[in-house]
Amino acid sequence: MTSALAMSQPAISEKVPGLKAQLRRAERLRKLKAIALVAPLAIFLVIAFVIPISNMLWRSVDNSEVMQVMPETARLLTEWDGKDLPSEAVFSVFAQELRDSRTGGGLGRIGRRLNYEDPTFRTLLTQTLRTLPATTEKTWSETLQSIHPRWSETDTWLALQRAAPATTDRYLLAALDLQRGSDGSIERIDENQRVYQQVFVRTLVIAGGVTLICLLMGFPLAYLLATLPTSQSNLLMIFVLLPFWTSLLVRTAAWIVLLQSGGLVNTTLMTLGLIESPLQLVFNRIGVFFAMVHILLPFMILPLYSVMKGISPVYQRAATSLGAHPFAAFWQIYVPQTLSGVAAGTILVFIMAIGYYITPALVGGPSDQMVSYFVAYYTNTTNNWGMAAALGTFLLIATLLLYLVYHKLVNQKQLIRN
Amino acid sequence: MNMKNTLLNTRKTALVTGLAIATASLALSAQAMTVISFGGSSGDAMQKAYYAPFVEKTGKTLTPGDYNGEFARIRAMVETGNVSWDVVEVESPELVRGCFEGLFQPIDWAKLGIEDQLIPEAVTECGVGSFVWSTVLAYDADRLEGTPLSWADFWDLETFPGKRGLRRGAKYTLEFALMADGVSSSDVYDVLATEEGVARAFAKLDEIKEHIQWWEAGAQPPQWLVAGDVVMSSSYNGRIAAAQEEGRNLAITWNESLYDLDYWTIIEGSTQVEDAYEFIRFASQADTQAVYSSNIPYGPVNPAAIGALSEAQAKRMPTHADNLIGAIAVNTDFWVDFGEELEQRFNSWATR
Amino acid sequence: MQLTTEMEPLVRFSGVQKTYDGEHLVVKDLNLNIQKGEFVTLLGPSGSGKTTCLMMLAGFETPTSGDIFLGQERLNTLPPHKRNIGMVFQNYALFPHMSVEENLLYPLKTRKISKAIAKEKVDKILSKIKLKEFAHRRPSQLSGGQQQRVALARALVFEPQLVLMDEPLGALDKQLREHMQLEIKHLHEQLGLTVVFVTHDQSEALTMSDRVAVFNDGVIQQIDTPHNLYEYPANSFVAQFIGENNTLPGKIQSKEQNTCQVSFGDGFTTRALAGKNLNSGDKTQLSIRPERVRLNSGHLNLENQFNATLHEFIYLGDHLRLRCELAGNDQFYVKVPVNELCPNLKAGDRIQLGWSDQDVRALDYL
Repeated sequence: MTSALAMSQPAISEKVPGLKAQLRRAERLRKLKAIALVAPLAIFLVIAFVIPISNMLWRSVDNSEVMQVMPETARLLTEWDGKDLPSEAVFSVFAQELRDSRTGGGLGRIGRRLNYEDPTFRTLLTQTLRTLPATTEKTWSETLQSIHPRWSETDTWLALQRAAPATTDRYLLAALDLQRGSDGSIERIDENQRVYQQVFVRTLVIAGGVTLICLLMGFPLAYLLATLPTSQSNLLMIFVLLPFWTSLLVRTAAWIVLLQSGGLVNTTLMTLGLIESPLQLVFNRIGVFFAMVHILLPFMILPLYSVMKGISPVYQRAATSLGAHPFAAFWQIYVPQTLSGVAAGTILVFIMAIGYYITPALVGGPSDQMVSYFVAYYTNTTNNWGMAAALGTFLLIATLLLYLVYHKLVNQKQLIRN
Repeated sequence: MNMKNTLLNTRKTALVTGLAIATASLALSAQAMTVISFGGSSGDAMQKAYYAPFVEKTGKTLTPGDYNGEFARIRAMVETGNVSWDVVEVESPELVRGCFEGLFQPIDWAKLGIEDQLIPEAVTECGVGSFVWSTVLAYDADRLEGTPLSWADFWDLETFPGKRGLRRGAKYTLEFALMADGVSSSDVYDVLATEEGVARAFAKLDEIKEHIQWWEAGAQPPQWLVAGDVVMSSSYNGRIAAAQEEGRNLAITWNESLYDLDYWTIIEGSTQVEDAYEFIRFASQADTQAVYSSNIPYGPVNPAAIGALSEAQAKRMPTHADNLIGAIAVNTDFWVDFGEELEQRFNSWATR
Repeated sequence: MQLTTEMEPLVRFSGVQKTYDGEHLVVKDLNLNIQKGEFVTLLGPSGSGKTTCLMMLAGFETPTSGDIFLGQERLNTLPPHKRNIGMVFQNYALFPHMSVEENLLYPLKTRKISKAIAKEKVDKILSKIKLKEFAHRRPSQLSGGQQQRVALARALVFEPQLVLMDEPLGALDKQLREHMQLEIKHLHEQLGLTVVFVTHDQSEALTMSDRVAVFNDGVIQQIDTPHNLYEYPANSFVAQFIGENNTLPGKIQSKEQNTCQVSFGDGFTTRALAGKNLNSGDKTQLSIRPERVRLNSGHLNLENQFNATLHEFIYLGDHLRLRCELAGNDQFYVKVPVNELCPNLKAGDRIQLGWSDQDVRALDYL
């Protein structure tokens, strides 16, 4: 049979020499149609994900402010050895470019950037500009030093030098509570300032905790939904989906009303005599868990439900017929088959939870804020996009790493049903 | 002001933004001055107190609009040279940044000629104060036994047991802590500018750390006070006044309060500079400011306006002479420069 | 209906009834004994109650009334996992997340059989079903027939006293199905299994079973050996359900002990074996197997001879089926071996059909 096939093929191609080309043409048309179908999505993905994410990654190392606004100064400063004061050439170019930076918003950009090096830099630039003459009869180094004594300090110029290269690792380091020491080596920042390592750990802990609670609560509920008769499960499903019809802010506010000291939960417990003084249920970790689990629970239930709906009850019957206690049958036969749903649900909830911002901001305390809170702070309040991007970058990396580990685990155990 | 106004704003933003864009393009051809504020109930009060009377009195056209404090929009306008706004209300940090970046025209105070009528903080390089709002110590007079007179009393857990509300963040919190620790209000920013001062503030916060319930939104403190969640809280005075109007017996301790201003600025590249000056001058008068403040509990920058208000209204104003005793203005320059560092340190402290 | 032997039956249904909705009985007053080592098939159309019977035996349904015994033990309240009954499910129900070997080990694990012994048993049965090299594959990596064998092995590996099979061959193609029928039959014989088999395929039932219980409408219509079912159907339902059958409505003219005279069509009469409970004057249905009808039977000295019209030849390789019209019934089939057919015959010809008294039965009128 095989030999017959092998023999017949050259025979055909001899008869129809253009066959391969014809096949290619036919395939090409089919491919083009397929590409045309996915093109809108692909374009959307590029615009909505690839570009912004690349932009974020770039901004976390972007250091182009000084280089763009003061190109000559930046160039000369990178050649400067940093020991003595820079040469007159640097002073003169700097004075020129500082004056020019007033137009086109350049001053604002370098001011913001240099303030990260030293919080007094903006004031220094303002004061300098106020009295900077257009021309000088003295040297520019004398002029600048007479305007402000800080221009005679090498530290001032070193700060400028650090801001001169096109890229920097300062944001990425700062997002891990690290910095470059005066000798250029990486060191931990002052203990009083350290916060982000803990914030990352906290973010993972809260997201993990929320995911676990969602799983523990969602699994039985999804099971119930999947096993109830359709009419009843449809009604229940409406209750599951109901939260989607209310805005996230309203739901979060509702939890505050319920959980606060004078709220329904505390007054009920006190009326029943179960507690003497109100429990602190909100503006701390408990409140964060309550509100986040409530919001994310449907995202656990839906994938679980869809997988459970597809599992025939016959497997559990088979297991009991083989001698397994119904509980054992459930645990050994049913649960493993739901693992693809569990996997989908947990990864969905975890990834959504890891980026939560407004809910912990409203129902959490200061030690319950997650990475996104700081991303929002740097983006909205201080316009420090470098820091926001660096925090975002690490959040992205952490998420991707976790996903890889998770993927590997799931695959290794071959838990996903074929 | 962004934070305290956001909830007021959102209702009308979409509508008025659309209006602003439409009218802004119209304004260019008609050479009408465009005045942009934060809208909301403050914008309504401005309409009554400033916009309508200004048009009536001068016969000039004025196109009002509002925005949500999007600084990037102003920056884009100036950088592209397509300036359709003339007078814009900004908060103090944006005033400092925008002035530094050259987005606002320097104010010619001699030409304006009202420098001596205003409180000192209203007079800046690039902005003229429009109103004053304050972060104060507030409490529920029906619930609290005794009267807290200072931040030292706020820190006094024995006399006033219970939870306290403070804004989640370094700004205001560190100033109050230093005042509680005995730093006189006039020295607060000098002390806070030193490493020792910062350490001192955090050490003071440590004393009541367990008893603080941190608020995020301006609406929370009056709500918590009414619900009895906290016995005292720092709060924006406007929020307390609103609760008072709803019949809540919330009280304010004005001593050692921190006040801040919103400012009128003239955008760099505006073609309506003369009208802008006239408008700002008009809006800074005692009588117009009195109308504004009688509509919304933000203090006039012109102290003479206080006299035109009713006794009850006047007493709610951050700029009432009695209320200014012991109060200090927020040092915006300080927070623009050191804000990030101190916020990071605050968050580091909060988790310890 | 009960097979009377001195042996104690292994399975006994006694007056079992089942209703799901409290209004309609799905199983009506079922009495059935199954002997040890027997292969009994429950056959019937869907909704006839056969599967419900099997499920009650397995423990997944409980009888509304009556008792089910396995040996001396009353099963009614015994949960399925304590019954020690092996079961092969319709779509095999092999656990998709376990390998073939793990599937087979599962019933041994639940019985806490030591690993070494369990492994040995599994190896043994794997070689018996010739799937030893597939031990570590997932069920989804096997063909339908292989999955079927694994399902069978899993139901047998713990040596249950009874094996239930719920339409286990339904998903296989014809050739494979026939092959598996024989394979199961051989396993039954080799291992001395007691098997209760459910199917709606009558040829499958006939091929495999020692006895077949034909279900209809919640009642066992007849339970007997395949041969007796085919040759001596108790009623028209069985006659029609088992094998091919020609049906002619008629009326009983007179009845002797075992035989009767039946008139049918327009003035035809025949003698026939009389079914139960039929008396002279009753309406009846005559039942004749196509292969028992003889063509051009003049020389054969048959009691019953009739003229008919030949309409159509249906060629089936080893034999031909002739569609004829007899007594107004144009769906009357005759089965003829190819080599016995006269080559001159063509459609439209008048032909003569005949049958013996012993090959036609007068049964209840449906």
